[in-house]
Amino acid sequence: MTELAMQKRKEPMSLLEIRNLHVAVGGHEILKGIDLQVNAGEVHSIMGPNGSGKSTLAQVLSRREAYQVTAGAVSFHGKDLLAMKPEEAACEGVFMAFQYPVEIPGIGNTYFLRSALNAIRKYRGEEQMDAIDFLPMFREKLQLLEMDEKLMNRSLNEGFSGGEKKRNEILQMAVLEPKFAILDETDSGLDIDALRIVAKGVNAMRRPDRAMLVVTHYQRLLNYIVPDFVHVLVDGRIVRSGGAELALELEERGYGRIEGEARQTAPVSA
Amino acid sequence: MNTNVDTIRNLAERDYKWGFVTDIEDERVPQGLNEEIIRVISAKKREPEFMLDWRLKAYRHWESLEKAQAEPKWANIKYGPIDYQAIVYYSAPKQKPGLKSLDELDPEILRTYEKLGIPLAEQKMLAGVAVDAVFDSVSVATTFKEKLAELGVIFCSFSEAVQKHPELVKKYLGSVVPHTDNFFAALNAAVFTDGSFVYVPKGVRCPLELSTYFRINAAETGQFERTLIVADEGAYVSYLEGCTAPIRDENQLHAAVVELVALDNAQIKYSTVQNWYPGDKQGRGGIYNFVTKRGKCQGMNSKISWTQVETGSAITWKYPSCILQGDNSAGEFYSVALTNNYQQADTGTKMIHLGKNTTSTIVSKGISAGHGQNTYRGMVKILKGAAGARNYTQCDSLLIGDKCGAHTFPYIEVKNSTAHMEHEASTSKIGEDQLFYLQQRGLKMEDAVSMIVNGFCKQVFRELPMEFAVEAQKLLGVSLEGSVG
Repeated sequence: MTELAMQKRKEPMSLLEIRNLHVAVGGHEILKGIDLQVNAGEVHSIMGPNGSGKSTLAQVLSRREAYQVTAGAVSFHGKDLLAMKPEEAACEGVFMAFQYPVEIPGIGNTYFLRSALNAIRKYRGEEQMDAIDFLPMFREKLQLLEMDEKLMNRSLNEGFSGGEKKRNEILQMAVLEPKFAILDETDSGLDIDALRIVAKGVNAMRRPDRAMLVVTHYQRLLNYIVPDFVHVLVDGRIVRSGGAELALELEERGYGRIEGEARQTAPVSA
Repeated sequence: MNTNVDTIRNLAERDYKWGFVTDIEDERVPQGLNEEIIRVISAKKREPEFMLDWRLKAYRHWESLEKAQAEPKWANIKYGPIDYQAIVYYSAPKQKPGLKSLDELDPEILRTYEKLGIPLAEQKMLAGVAVDAVFDSVSVATTFKEKLAELGVIFCSFSEAVQKHPELVKKYLGSVVPHTDNFFAALNAAVFTDGSFVYVPKGVRCPLELSTYFRINAAETGQFERTLIVADEGAYVSYLEGCTAPIRDENQLHAAVVELVALDNAQIKYSTVQNWYPGDKQGRGGIYNFVTKRGKCQGMNSKISWTQVETGSAITWKYPSCILQGDNSAGEFYSVALTNNYQQADTGTKMIHLGKNTTSTIVSKGISAGHGQNTYRGMVKILKGAAGARNYTQCDSLLIGDKCGAHTFPYIEVKNSTAHMEHEASTSKIGEDQLFYLQQRGLKMEDAVSMIVNGFCKQVFRELPMEFAVEAQKLLGVSLEGSVG
């Protein structure tokens, strides 16, 4: 954490705490000691070049099995996130907007989403939501994402355009109302109109009790979703952290320069 | 919303309370099969002469097949020899000491029943608990019998039909599946003990879904039921068949025959949800489900539609087929077959096109999990006279895990150059990315698998009556338990 970041924090209610996280895939170390604290209400952005470990971080936090944690710890509102199965993490409030949402034939979007919501509600000991209660809420969210209800009668993501898939991710996030949302390259493959709609949806969901981690290559998305903090990930380490202005600097100077500087000085986050 | 399910359950429960069970309570023929046994069965059922003759003819044919070791071996299934002389062909069940209450039952079995929504009385029956009557062959109970009678619809047990409507039985019995058809059909014809009979008169659209619930209950018995459905000119009927069996260590033989006859402009829709006991996780026990089902579209513009969801049985050998004799007649086959653990299924259909402009549609969905082996075997035969015939076949396989297998054997025989044939096939695995996606949204692994599988089967499920489809979905979920992770 930079001093700036510490100062900006008004109510430091820690939601997610990553300490010295090392992750390997197939014996190859990808994350080499990540430290990051995300408080409720904050939007953090992880930026970095290809292969820096951004997506790996997103996948580990959403508990994908193929990733092997070799050292470190992650606590999510006080619980050990790394001990959770993917569905447990989801029920605890972790949501991942996928970079490549999958298509699943034969499962209606609406049915799927209500099943997911009810699985989460069940986990939390809340009542199941029937179709009658679900639909008005769902329609409201559809409007927010400017999505046609007819699309929802189709199978999950089947025949959706790239932009529709991404909007569907944010729609799901709006319905499931997570505590912590990871947006993995949500801007990739989006035209400018779709980007604007997606960003509108995301911004509408910014709340004091919710945090987000926006993973992206480009600064473009951050014009629309303005983060509180930006972290630069290079070769499995956070080499710089700063405010939203850091993204602009990156855009201007490129990752190469930052990377070079980082090699000369000890990583700020270590 | 649950009326159909309730109907099925009610039927099942009523079966347990009354019927021919009391008649046979203390009667039991010895194990094994010979002419004497056939005569005893026929006598016990007070059958007219023609039935006994028919049975004896079938028996003699079967006997010659057995001597010639003509039990079919071409299917892609493996099982040890069946000792036909060790089977009880007509039985009142042994009154085993049995369990006194459900509390003594394996809780895992109880949980399964609860998930299936099987009511308590049925659970007790399935578990062989506190039985005052046990069935091996289940006769048909009909609700709304009076209402149906007003329309002239006959829906009764086969035994009753033999007594009350011998002329119809005589006319149609064996007209679609003759006793010479195959080994198991011959066996069935010789020894069948009951089943259902439906006759829908001219121009009548049967207003209710007719349902039967079959169950194998007693140990060491085979079940040989026979169903005959006749839809007269312009008639329509939808028939549902559900099957369950209790859990036993030994294998049990189920060799049923179903014959459907559709006359001019008639339509028959036949739906099955088969959940015979599949054996345990090591492949011990379970039902051998060797069934011959065939429909004849005898009249022009007639239509026969088979929909089956096969999740049970240790081995399934079953090819619900259509003989498309009448011009413009149509046959349909929609199938979901699931094999988990050590289950084997060799199933599919035969569409025999005889008439002009006949059409057939085949949609088969095979799901293999565990060590399950799933084979689709289909035959489309277009004969010389079938000008303008059309067939569409779609055959999809889904694999769960890496120890199971899916096999496809489509046979196509075309003797008329104006025929159109389409065949599509696919094999896929449930992807890790699909599972992870659903889990990340909060769904448990097993629910995620079940959801993907149900999605895969949707094309078939939508052919089922709504409430039956709901049952079928639940059944798939239960049958797949433990198949992943």
